[in-house]
Amino acid sequence: MTVNGQEVSADVEPRTLLVHFIRENLHLTGTHVGCETGYCGACTIHVGGKPVKSCTMLAVQADGAVVTTIEGLATDDALHPVQEGFWERHGLQCGFCTPGMIMSAAALLAENSNPSEDEIRHGIEGNLCRCTGYHNIVRAVEYAGSKVRGEEPAAPDWEGTS
Amino acid sequence: MYPREFDYVAPATLEEAMGALGEDAKVMAGGMSLIPLMKMRLFSPAVVVDIGRLPGFDAVEEQNGHVSIGALVRHSATATSPLINLVATALSTAASLTGDVQVRNRGTTCGAIAHADLVADQPAAVLALGATMVAQSSGASREIAAADFFVDALTSALEPNEILTSVRIPKHGPGEGSAYDKLGRRGGRSDYAIAGAAAWVKMDGGSIADARVALTGVGTKVSLANEMAAALVGTDGSEAAVKEASQKASDDVTIIEDLYGTEEYKTHLASVFAARAVLQAISNVS
Amino acid sequence: MATTSVMGGAVRRREDPALITGRGTYVDDLQPTSLLHVAFNRSPYAHARIKSVDTAAASKMPGVVAIFTHDDVAHLGPLLAQVPIGKLRPLLSDGEIKHTGEAIAMVIAENRYQAQDAADAIEIDCDVLPAVIGLKEAKSDATKVHEDLDSNVLHTWTYHGYWEALGLEDQTPLVDAAMERDDAVVVSLEMTNQRLIPVAIEPRSVMADYDLGYDRFTVHSSSQVPHALSGAIATMFGMPLSDVRVIAPEVGGGFGAKLNVYNDEILVAFASKQLGRPVKWTETRREAGGATIHGRGWLGTATIVGTKDGEFLGYKLEAIADMGAYTQNFTVAIPLLGLWIASGQYKMPVSWTVDCVVTHTMTTDAYRGAGRPEAIYYLERIIDAYAREIGMDPIEVRRKNFWKKDEFPATMGCGFSLDSGDYDAAVDRLIDVSGYQDLLKMRDEARAEGRYVGIGVGSYVEVCGFGPAVLAEIGFSWASYGLPAAFNGTGMVRVNPDGTVTVLIGTGPTGQGHETTWAQIVGSELGIAAEMIRVRHGDTNDLPMGIGTFGSRSIAVDGAAAFNAATRVKEKAAKIAAHLLEAAPEDVVFEDGAAHVAGSPEKSVEWAAIAKAAYQAHTLPEGVESGLEENVVFSPGNATWPFGTHLAVVEVDETTGDVKILKYVAVDDCGNLVNPMIVNGQVHGGITQGVGQALFEEAVYDESGNLLTGSLLDYPLPTASDLPYFELSHTITPTDVNPMGVKGIGEAGTIGSAHTIVNAVVDALSPLGVKHIDMPLRPKRVWAAIQEASN
Repeated sequence: MTVNGQEVSADVEPRTLLVHFIRENLHLTGTHVGCETGYCGACTIHVGGKPVKSCTMLAVQADGAVVTTIEGLATDDALHPVQEGFWERHGLQCGFCTPGMIMSAAALLAENSNPSEDEIRHGIEGNLCRCTGYHNIVRAVEYAGSKVRGEEPAAPDWEGTS
Repeated sequence: MYPREFDYVAPATLEEAMGALGEDAKVMAGGMSLIPLMKMRLFSPAVVVDIGRLPGFDAVEEQNGHVSIGALVRHSATATSPLINLVATALSTAASLTGDVQVRNRGTTCGAIAHADLVADQPAAVLALGATMVAQSSGASREIAAADFFVDALTSALEPNEILTSVRIPKHGPGEGSAYDKLGRRGGRSDYAIAGAAAWVKMDGGSIADARVALTGVGTKVSLANEMAAALVGTDGSEAAVKEASQKASDDVTIIEDLYGTEEYKTHLASVFAARAVLQAISNVS
Repeated sequence: MATTSVMGGAVRRREDPALITGRGTYVDDLQPTSLLHVAFNRSPYAHARIKSVDTAAASKMPGVVAIFTHDDVAHLGPLLAQVPIGKLRPLLSDGEIKHTGEAIAMVIAENRYQAQDAADAIEIDCDVLPAVIGLKEAKSDATKVHEDLDSNVLHTWTYHGYWEALGLEDQTPLVDAAMERDDAVVVSLEMTNQRLIPVAIEPRSVMADYDLGYDRFTVHSSSQVPHALSGAIATMFGMPLSDVRVIAPEVGGGFGAKLNVYNDEILVAFASKQLGRPVKWTETRREAGGATIHGRGWLGTATIVGTKDGEFLGYKLEAIADMGAYTQNFTVAIPLLGLWIASGQYKMPVSWTVDCVVTHTMTTDAYRGAGRPEAIYYLERIIDAYAREIGMDPIEVRRKNFWKKDEFPATMGCGFSLDSGDYDAAVDRLIDVSGYQDLLKMRDEARAEGRYVGIGVGSYVEVCGFGPAVLAEIGFSWASYGLPAAFNGTGMVRVNPDGTVTVLIGTGPTGQGHETTWAQIVGSELGIAAEMIRVRHGDTNDLPMGIGTFGSRSIAVDGAAAFNAATRVKEKAAKIAAHLLEAAPEDVVFEDGAAHVAGSPEKSVEWAAIAKAAYQAHTLPEGVESGLEENVVFSPGNATWPFGTHLAVVEVDETTGDVKILKYVAVDDCGNLVNPMIVNGQVHGGITQGVGQALFEEAVYDESGNLLTGSLLDYPLPTASDLPYFELSHTITPTDVNPMGVKGIGEAGTIGSAHTIVNAVVDALSPLGVKHIDMPLRPKRVWAAIQEASN
């Protein structure tokens, strides 16, 4: 398969989950494992450009696929607008759900660069965060959407809170 | 978290796939239902037959009065297909409410149907739409009516040597409409259904000429609410009439309790969502 | 540049560049060569006597290196607890299983999959015994959870008697007498504060590497308390602390779940020592559900007595708290944290009794808020019911009974003294920012249309910033691990020879942004940009002592230590700078990365020059020791007492029982804000965990002791689509307990929110006569309450 633009190949047991292949064979540990039922989304990567949960895929299913992980999202030393948004709008705390969350948000914006709040919230419904209450994640995606559209992001809403 | 060992077969043709089937083999398309069960070691097939690479099964096609959805059509494709939305509305709505974005990108409509989960969305939709399941076995093909397909929880009418290669849904004709609605586990429409209902109606001159209603989440399996459907026929489809008929929603269903609802509550919700789905189906009649 | 270190600035986080690019390192990311993996065989039974454990077949399976059972580890003793009332957990089951998920055998294999295969292949033969699950059943002692304990009731906390040395007066007679008054309105409700699973998104993970050459440990653990773990390992293995290095790298959320030292951490260390290879275990989500601590789990009756015009005359709580089977870290002491704030923001006599009972379930311990959400929930729910009973506005009734600003310091009946508070200010702010009067109008209009819209208000005061030395006497310290009997703050500020600064702190952050906040604290004091400051935490080789991060203690205790260390560094640097500037130390000020004489910024000396001089003994002024670093241990005189009032607007679909949050407004007071961006983030997350408890989450054991909610499939967490944007505001009432006037904020959101949501839902359904619904307010419960009220 192609991962972040690099051809990779290995022999694995059929039961090897794609996320373990990525983490343990390729040593790309930015993709995380948070559950076993496909609920948390910490393992979200792009396969063929679409967000999927790499813990609910066998590595062999991705044979020949084009895969992008969080490590491959930034280009030319520039952060992806969603990464920038997460930093600028405090869209992360512990950071564990963050790579998956960013991959989902990036895919959402690739389809629709001007999502409504409701569309953002439903678009990241498959990614659980226990730290942020999603407030600043949604703000981060709004920020990134503005950047993608070439607009000035709205001011952060913690200004004037006290 | 870690599946048991199994043999993996990725056939290039349907014939090869047939050859790999057997009592200890399990067909996998997207794997959204199967892989979590294997990870938790609740289910450990000896052979996994990955049909994900079979060519030609990922199409949504219009065929004389039907829309045919191939075995590898993802939930996301079903949910966003303008054709399905127009001529089999209940199914596109059900697909759009299945899982989350990532699940919809991998899971398949046929897979969800074959899995026959008692809380899933799309099985209810195909029941209400009067779909036909096309099952292929070595050298033979048979058609199974949706009404005969969902045998029990996680049990379909498919034989171990069969693959569900497509589902065929009669297109809405004039005066026909369908809809799906549910209450999810966290409230709203997200997550598995605490209760859900799909409905199909045929209106004729201001009254309901024919109807089918199917329930999910409330019973031992997804099931048709035939008594309610019969009670709808001949009525004017008004809110009052539909609510009246919906009192029979669970007459054909064995309601069961789970963490999300008592029998009494689920019985109540069966009526509520059956009525909501029917009323929406009527308003969806073009 | 210096603006980035200003206190009170919303500085972007130093932590983020690594985390947003997938380059942060969590324990499970570590893959040293020759790494071995662990899987546990766990009990499917809640209570059973083991007849045999057969590992023969499993030990021959591919990749299996070793299998350990109780006999192999019995010499290490049971897991140590800080408040050792009850039964301590054996590292591996000692013959009688006490809850589902209890570890019976440990498999070490070459990879995770093989380890799990072998764990499944171990054959356990047992006699299944009856399980005690219900709290009332447990309290009755009809069936013993532990045959060798006198009672299932381990301990009873009372408001006046929790600490005999205080000699406090029992206020129960006052409360009882008030109930007899002619004008008394007495409102009482039995309510559940359900058992919860913390669910940090990062599963716990521990990797131990025993160095056979030097006989020393390096242990990586996803822990909130790395120093405590090093102490526990040193104590249990009989080793010097100097040979036990524990590192908590990035930790993916904790919420109290990672505040314990666990049996698996000790066992992984043991295995590495036995096998001479690095050994790692990462819990699966179902293990996180059933074998990592749970929180809450109370059943209680709250009673308030007041006058018809809203004056509180007394409050009584009689509750049972579920300890689970084994006592771990603070288990039995958790209700005590609630006891200290039992009367909330109000002046009234309190009678408070909580029985701590054992059941055949997983241990409970500190989960975000720990004791305080429980205490505040009962109090604030019953106040709401009382306000409804007498027909008074819920804000008005609260305000009428608040401690007033000029009454602080306020001494509670439990003996604690609250140093500061201005509860009216927070309520005024809430009324203002929420548009309370308009909301009431909107609600009434919606009601007129037949909609079920409700407004809920909830106040809280919390105790945090642990803390004061006095707490050590009741078990709040790491003394059982051989560490000091105090939860002091630690912080070291070291100026490197190039003028950059390394700050070493004793916290164990799990996402709270300490690397940023501490850079602001120290940078602000030293006049250095945050970019020049590197904050380190989580490595016991860095600092001899650290307490960790929990109980909203970090900023108020360790923050103060670092602040004081920075102050001392500055004092010393002033002497050196004065020498270099040929001026008097008292005239030197630090700004923009350099020192100059006040009023003469044109002639300055940069930190790099000061630092170089500090490490060149021969260029130092007389009487100034070389080096430029200070290490401070800070012992606060009191805890801190943040407070606030929250408001929620909800709408209920009366047909289905579905609840939707339309609006959420929070006014919190955590004193001065170092970084309002980070503070708000803490509040957002805190509120969401309270909302999760109010609406979705519940750990359910069936009557046989099977955990029905061990995976996320059946333990629904709030998602983005379930929540609105939160509207936050802060009042600022600084404390003088620490030099920065800061109070903790990590748990405030959680302590303030669950009852606010329930109050709102009950308000929405009050036209139907609904008086209470137990959490979680899943649609089925809401609907059932509507049915019950209508019939």
